[in-house]
Amino acid sequence: MTDAAWIDAALTSARPQAVGALLRYFRDLDTAEEAFQNACLRALKSWPQNGPPRDPAAWLIMVGRNAAIDEVRRVRREQPLPDDEAISDLDDAESALADRLDGSHYRDDILRLLFICCHKELPATQQIALALRVVSGLTVKQIARAFLVSEAAMEQRITRAKARVAQAEVPFETPGAVERSERLVAVAAMIYLIYNEGYSASGETAELRQPLSDEAIRLARLLLRLFPGEPEIMGLTALLLLQHARTAARFDAEGALILLEDQDRTLWNQPMIAEGLALIDKAMRHRRSGPYQIQAAIAALHARAARPEDTDWTQIDLLYGALEVVQPSPVVTLNRAVAVSKVRGAQAALDLIAPLEGRLANYFYFFGVRGALLMQLGRNDEARTAFDRAIALAHSSAEAAHIRMQLDRLMRDSATAQARASQ
Amino acid sequence: MLYALLCYHDEDVVCTWSKDQDAAVMAKLAVIQEKLAKQGRLGPVARLLPTTAATTLRKEDPPLVIDGPYAETKEQLLGFYLVDCANLDEALEVARELGEANPGGSYEIRPVGTFRPGGALA
Repeated sequence: MTDAAWIDAALTSARPQAVGALLRYFRDLDTAEEAFQNACLRALKSWPQNGPPRDPAAWLIMVGRNAAIDEVRRVRREQPLPDDEAISDLDDAESALADRLDGSHYRDDILRLLFICCHKELPATQQIALALRVVSGLTVKQIARAFLVSEAAMEQRITRAKARVAQAEVPFETPGAVERSERLVAVAAMIYLIYNEGYSASGETAELRQPLSDEAIRLARLLLRLFPGEPEIMGLTALLLLQHARTAARFDAEGALILLEDQDRTLWNQPMIAEGLALIDKAMRHRRSGPYQIQAAIAALHARAARPEDTDWTQIDLLYGALEVVQPSPVVTLNRAVAVSKVRGAQAALDLIAPLEGRLANYFYFFGVRGALLMQLGRNDEARTAFDRAIALAHSSAEAAHIRMQLDRLMRDSATAQARASQ
Repeated sequence: MLYALLCYHDEDVVCTWSKDQDAAVMAKLAVIQEKLAKQGRLGPVARLLPTTAATTLRKEDPPLVIDGPYAETKEQLLGFYLVDCANLDEALEVARELGEANPGGSYEIRPVGTFRPGGALA
């Protein structure tokens, strides 16, 4: 690896820890970010000459803190900045600092940094944009690209989110156990949102949005390293890995969505699946179930099936039942209906989703599922109506294309049936 | 003399390699592995899953199971086993049994991602 590539990777990796610690010192997000930026600039100058420091994060925290304090002094007294020589002998200071900052401090610093991004008053898209900018260090340009908006619009969105956060009271004292677990729940939800922003992309934009999913997995792993004993964080990480493992099989050459049962399973990423399965195995030992663990367990059952017909639908049906209890939602019931149709038939599934229509009247997937179930029962006219409705509600051309494919199949089948009948 | 080569790297960096980057590194390593295998000098090669998938058994009485990798610095790596287990519980069972025979210290239990058994060593 070249110097530049190594330094870049080290700066990215150290960023959450360093910005989190600087935020604790300065209690102001802009100051913390600026301090980190300054430290990075100095690292780019110093590291190629002096070699990488033993602990890049500790180095960046100290240099960033000194730079920010110098800046305050300079503004106050209008004195010239001390030159780089004054901070060149960092070795002793670095180890002293690393000694003082124990792991638990780092852990709460990073959690706090993530937590302020999920401020309740911020809409989800702003939360995500802020986290990607502040925690992950993606450039505004990169984030704008992933969200398919202009750089100026994204800049404005992030500035607004920052202003909102600056007004909010950020809790800087070390959190107690209850507060820490509340923060974890909020942060986990945000990481899942980031993942879904990438995952729900349609075929033609999937490549642009993929960095969102990658970044969500990186953050989930980071969180798990900080809180290694939290079964729900294991579940979240497993869920993301198991879903992400299917990426290469999810779209056809035209960018149309390929359903799970039609995917080429040899394209699934086996190392990611192995990691996801190992994490669920670990989480289950705690016997403290939760929504991420259950969803991960469902994804695991799909991952374990070499062929669609090997899928353990009975177990999936049971797991969706458990998910309905801990996280009741019409969408969960709708997903369960797919499992129910495999275990107890299409009619049972239709009965299950019938009461959901009122709440899911604008949900593309509801009519897609209903159409597919009606098609299985041979009620083709009703199926066509449901598919038409689904197309009208589709958010992306990939979604619409997928339903059109089902419609084509329906037309083809009924044409074949008519041809047969007239023979 | 047999030598064990233990691989260390920044996990955060390696985990963010793209599939192509990863494959490129593995392909370069495979050339060297191939050469060693032809010379009859290569034993098993394993790539471990990330430390987030690790569990540690402290060989105390009673033994203590902790999520995460072995994180102390006061003890040193002295050896390793490769055991085929159906799940983590089975692996922990094996570790407990070994721990009873040799108390003190810890076992870090890490699932193996990819494994090449290698040939018989001369």
